[in-house]
Amino acid sequence: MLEQGIKRVASLHWRSALVWVWQEIMAEYSAFALLRNALHGNRDWKPAWRKPDPKPSYDVIIIGGGGHGLSTAYYLAKEHGITNVAVLERGWLGQGNIGRNTTMIRSNYLLPENSHFYEHSVKLWENLSHDLNYNVMFSQRGVLNLAHTPAQLDDFARRGNSMRHCGIDAELMTPDEIKRFIPALDISVGGRFPVVGGLIQRRAGTARHDAVAWGYARGADRRGVDIIENCEVTGFLRDGDRIVGVTTTRGEIRAEKTAVAVAGNTGAVMKLAGIERLPIETHVLQAFVSEGLKPFMDSVVTFGAGHLYVTQSDKGGMVFGGDIDGYNTYAQRGNLPIVEEVMAEMVALFPGLARVRLLRSWGGLMDMSMDGTPIITTGPLPGMYLNCGWCYGGFKATPASGWCFAYTIAQDRPHKFNAAMTLDRFKRGFIIDEKGQGATPRLH
Amino acid sequence: MLITCPYCGPRDLSEYTYQGDANRTRPDPASADQAAWNDYVYDRINTAGEHREFWQHSGGCRAHLLVARNTLTHAINFVGFAREHGLPKHQERRKGGEA
Repeated sequence: MLEQGIKRVASLHWRSALVWVWQEIMAEYSAFALLRNALHGNRDWKPAWRKPDPKPSYDVIIIGGGGHGLSTAYYLAKEHGITNVAVLERGWLGQGNIGRNTTMIRSNYLLPENSHFYEHSVKLWENLSHDLNYNVMFSQRGVLNLAHTPAQLDDFARRGNSMRHCGIDAELMTPDEIKRFIPALDISVGGRFPVVGGLIQRRAGTARHDAVAWGYARGADRRGVDIIENCEVTGFLRDGDRIVGVTTTRGEIRAEKTAVAVAGNTGAVMKLAGIERLPIETHVLQAFVSEGLKPFMDSVVTFGAGHLYVTQSDKGGMVFGGDIDGYNTYAQRGNLPIVEEVMAEMVALFPGLARVRLLRSWGGLMDMSMDGTPIITTGPLPGMYLNCGWCYGGFKATPASGWCFAYTIAQDRPHKFNAAMTLDRFKRGFIIDEKGQGATPRLH
Repeated sequence: MLITCPYCGPRDLSEYTYQGDANRTRPDPASADQAAWNDYVYDRINTAGEHREFWQHSGGCRAHLLVARNTLTHAINFVGFAREHGLPKHQERRKGGEA
């Protein structure tokens, strides 16, 4: 962060640089604030967000206090000046997928609709700690996709070319380069799925997921957004066809615009509005973390012959995951077959980790769309806005999702980055099918 | 999760392949009704609660099964052969003599 700061100051005119340094000094969280608060016995720190009671009405209600809901509130306030906003969260802030993911961030997609959207996200990530004045520990350690057959490597080369056409960095690596890059990797993968190459996006990486939730929450709160926890939506208020607010466990709340960003619970919430069917299934994805190890791998690696993605956290634990369990479920826990499969893949790639102990495993609910691409749109009812279908790629999209959703809510039309991510694309035959696999709720 | 195959008895989840939502109605193959096909191919009721779904005992007798499973608890309330319990509706109509 300091290095980025120095570079940025050096690139500015001296007056702009002075203003920037002054802003950094006066920021709520800074070295200067630490010093000032230390002199006052650390009695003056404010909670990162207030605990307000809901007001009877707002300009915008956002249902869902996860990463996407909070970032939507933040960008509504920051980019569009709409601050009379409530974020309604059923439980506590950060209990859902924003605190359950494997923290990986990338924009290595094939199709331009996805490329531009996720690249916008990566660009927002690159400045997010400064923007939020909250260290989200964004670490551009690279994401390396391993290829195990010549055909797969050709496919990766094609995807890499497509990325570079969109201005995104992509590089092919040879097995020798990969071995030097990550010495612990068994590039023969037990002799069965030898690594024939890989595609790396060096600007991709990881971030600290909890900090993202807290940073967006504080940023939104300081701009006047009410974050209301323990407030479950139980129904929608209607004026004819139009949605004019919600009923909740903490009373009726009216709003001109009601936005839904509830990930795995999209089906349940939309049923309250009478929408019985959506191109979405809810599935469970499990994730795992091992005991802490000394640093030995400074990149994200994905296994292309099965499905495994792994990184080493700053604390030293191996953070990894694989496929979804594969059956419809709303239980935030999975079953053993997928655990065994993921562990087998992990040990095939890193035989040296065979005796490392697993610390924790957990599950999160994925809103699996039928083409693997999200939905950020106005509607489907008047006065309503819908953000869902993140499959298991929602974390990296957190900034762009909120940014585009805020635009869509404020302007009543999509931004060009989410113009293709409509709900009716399935009916019209404009699906964004990254893998070319057709309709299945198993894509990402 | 154990599924009790009506033929083989209780077997581990890893012997089965999930074949998805059984609440959908496949339109008559001759139908050109776009809305009905869209509904069948893309739209799901995505139930939180008891869910009718197809599984195949692919690692066993290979029978196609209809399972009623609670998606909140993973409790399985019913397992039967799909050919007896999970007929698409247009086939039921045909059985009744209507086209």
